[in-house]
Amino acid sequence: MVERRATLGILAHAVMILGVVIVAFPIYLAFVASTHTSQEIVQAPMPLLPGGHFWENYVAALTGHGGGAGSNAPVGRMMWISLVTALTIAIGKIAVSLLSAFALVYFRFPMRGVFFWAIFVTLMLPVEVRILPTYKVISDLSMLNSYAGLTIPLIASATATFLFRQFFLTVPEELVEAARMDGAGPMRFFKDILVPLSKTSIAALFVIQFIYGWNQYLWPLLAATSEDMYPVVVGIKRMIAGGDSGNEWNIVMATAIMAMIPPAIVVIFMQRWFVKGLVDTEK
Amino acid sequence: MPWALLAPQVAIVSVFFFWPAAQAILQSLQVEDSFGLSRQWAGLENFKTLFSDAAYLESFKTTAIFSVLVAVLGIAVSLMLAVFADRVVRGVLFYRTLLIVPYAVAPAVAGVLWLFMFSPSIGVVAYGLSKFFGFEWNHLLNSNHAMTLIVAAAVWKQISYNFLFFVAGLQSIPKSLVEAAAIDGARPWRRFWSIQFPLLTPTTFFLLVINMVYAFFDTFAIIDATTSGGPGRDTVILVFKVYIDGIKGGDIGGSAAQSVVLMLIVVALTVLQFRYVEKKVSY
Repeated sequence: MVERRATLGILAHAVMILGVVIVAFPIYLAFVASTHTSQEIVQAPMPLLPGGHFWENYVAALTGHGGGAGSNAPVGRMMWISLVTALTIAIGKIAVSLLSAFALVYFRFPMRGVFFWAIFVTLMLPVEVRILPTYKVISDLSMLNSYAGLTIPLIASATATFLFRQFFLTVPEELVEAARMDGAGPMRFFKDILVPLSKTSIAALFVIQFIYGWNQYLWPLLAATSEDMYPVVVGIKRMIAGGDSGNEWNIVMATAIMAMIPPAIVVIFMQRWFVKGLVDTEK
Repeated sequence: MPWALLAPQVAIVSVFFFWPAAQAILQSLQVEDSFGLSRQWAGLENFKTLFSDAAYLESFKTTAIFSVLVAVLGIAVSLMLAVFADRVVRGVLFYRTLLIVPYAVAPAVAGVLWLFMFSPSIGVVAYGLSKFFGFEWNHLLNSNHAMTLIVAAAVWKQISYNFLFFVAGLQSIPKSLVEAAAIDGARPWRRFWSIQFPLLTPTTFFLLVINMVYAFFDTFAIIDATTSGGPGRDTVILVFKVYIDGIKGGDIGGSAAQSVVLMLIVVALTVLQFRYVEKKVSY
């Protein structure tokens, strides 16, 4: 800070508090709603302080015993699907990208440039622009309603490949030479030197990609056609199909809170890597 | 050896990216009969139909309004928060932690949260608006309200991202510049407009492009969860239209033509991002 101005300091805090309150309000409200009965919520205005039905709402949501007019599938199963797909996508992306970046940086081979550009161009082909044909590929390969269908098409990653490529380019040449002198082959060098050196990049990417995987919506909407393969993000949308009064909003909000918790935990507790990951992947 | 390393990435990219994209381009040039039995070359017929379709042009306009609002509002709000966060000495980490949480919330869940607050019959905010301001909120009937709702939810979700980038941008401005200005007698407001804001231009421009891309492609879930394109078709953005026409409507040629248009938009935005963000707008 350049100078001390009491009024400005107070104003700064006031703006920040206001900002935080507005940003946090939807989440707070969801939490409050998840602790009341659905009747209490439906009478406007709903209470603004937490009620005493926390436990039963969450249990009802997890086991699928809500009585809403929309979908009542058990959230426990959905959370599991989300977790498996998010982890597979994050780890898969990192593994696949590490290998490709390694090949692109440390090997000279024909068509290297072609592969580089092929991976680069995928940046310009998000799922949203090729919805129907991609769906057709998945159904032709009979990968609908499977973990493979939910994850594999999302595992290719141009950003991760470039991030690792940038990083590998900064690894000093001497390390490669030293490893070769000691008789290490390429895979040995990759496993014992390159991967350990990339630890921070891996952690940063993991945070970003885990959230990416967890929050996928359009893809699972296409690739999962039966309710028992819905991730929670898709499932919650199905739950609100009953309309304002038909929905069990307490159960829906309990589901929303549960759907937020895993990515929120990752972001908050891995904040340092998260910020690094955001900044790095956008270079 | 390098081929083996690249194999997984290249396999995924070709099967799930290039093949469907090629299919989309191919289909956009064909028409299918009503029973899906035969296809014929149609040249640019699909595109002609598309651009003479009032609903499609309307959707273009909706998308333009939506993405400009999301980008401008998101950037303005986050910049303000970041500037004040830069002044705050104590509690920065606390504010930052709370402000980054929306990033972790899935777009579909964010949509559900905002829908819940603004639901005309049970929403707390809708109730408050009517009770204290006599304002009858109904996004199910009024398309301006519906647009406001999706913009608010989309901006809320994106604040974290913009905020982190502005904070990083502000920190990278040399302290000596700001101090020199202060010694010359520039007040904080003046310092912001004459020094910090111009020096942030690269960040701002970068975020402008990113936010446009976000509004175009990543808000599908928000719209699907809140308004589902309604009332009527007033919040049907381009990506949403591809989805309804292709998956729900079964219009393969038309949907493919829309995909191709979207691809061109992504290509344009990506080129813009790489060509100009990195080079032109820097000091």
